[in-house]
Amino acid sequence: MAKRTIEPLLWTLFSAGGVIAALFIPIQLLLFGVVFPLGLAEAPSRERMLGLIGHPLTRLYLFVMCTMALLHAAHRFRFTLYDGLQIKHLNELINLFCYGGAIVLSIWTLVLLWHIP
Amino acid sequence: MADTISLQVIRYRPESETEPTTQEYTVPFRKEWVVLDALNYIKDQIDGTLSFRWSCRMGICGSCGMMVNGEPKLTCATFLADYAPNPVRVEPLTNFPIVRDLVIEMSDFMRKLPRVKPWIVRDQEKPLSEGEYRQTPEELDEYKQYSMCINCLLCYAACPVYGLDPHFMGPAAIALAQRYNLDTRDEGSKERMEELSQHEGIWGCTFVGECTAVCPKHVDPAGAIQRYKLSAAMDWFKSFLMPWGKK
Repeated sequence: MAKRTIEPLLWTLFSAGGVIAALFIPIQLLLFGVVFPLGLAEAPSRERMLGLIGHPLTRLYLFVMCTMALLHAAHRFRFTLYDGLQIKHLNELINLFCYGGAIVLSIWTLVLLWHIP
Repeated sequence: MADTISLQVIRYRPESETEPTTQEYTVPFRKEWVVLDALNYIKDQIDGTLSFRWSCRMGICGSCGMMVNGEPKLTCATFLADYAPNPVRVEPLTNFPIVRDLVIEMSDFMRKLPRVKPWIVRDQEKPLSEGEYRQTPEELDEYKQYSMCINCLLCYAACPVYGLDPHFMGPAAIALAQRYNLDTRDEGSKERMEELSQHEGIWGCTFVGECTAVCPKHVDPAGAIQRYKLSAAMDWFKSFLMPWGKK
């Protein structure tokens, strides 16, 4: 067996994150960025929105969407730093910054979602 | 329309120069001429010392790859008319050492290619009496696109990862490995995976995608690499879930 590398795991998260981000984020953007502000459909009331977000399944959905998108971004940004700035020798630092950042922001997402009444 | 066009050609003569230099030639402009025709005109009529590789003139042999105005191109399929009246700059493929003038040193690729075993690997050949290995048109379509590769190395010249890290296996070699992995007659995917699941194999790729953009045969090496990553990732998870499984 070849030398163990964690790259397959990171790539799978990147890949899954890309799919999830590409499929679901446009729905939120369309609804809350275009359809409701332009009055193309009636926006739900604050109470209904809070009720919706309060549901555990909605929170899980939002958490997975944010976390996976963050992990996708971390991986992409890591390679952009490698190729764009040509600083691959700072590998450890870049990994810590990119994946660490994604983990910190994911925890923040969790905290935010947790505190919704 | 002007009846001449100027070619700025990189010259490098290692016996007398330490650095490549640019030489300008003026050649007749004909709308049916490709860059290779202009180079051959220079070689025959103006300067017999100019060195470059070419053979078939029809996009099959893959030997006339050069940088044309900074882009990797097969010079036999790149028309002067697309650049006229501006001068055309012809350089050797980037990311490779130069042997002389427009001729690059490709040993690195030639060493890497056999490492991915780009041929049909069988555990056991079936006896001749059992007949041929049959394949449906659908099974052929699976790998046919990847089999169009002519080893012209334009993808290596376009790949920034290969430029930064020469250990990277590179687009064409991975696409050719995939060509045999997807062939129903082949049984060598495990051996190829050993080689390609390393960091210098598929994981070096940072999804720039230029390899596919420049490929003159529409092979899509970037797609091959991403597909390979998926199967490698599946293998990786399997080896975690079933560590007792076959290594």
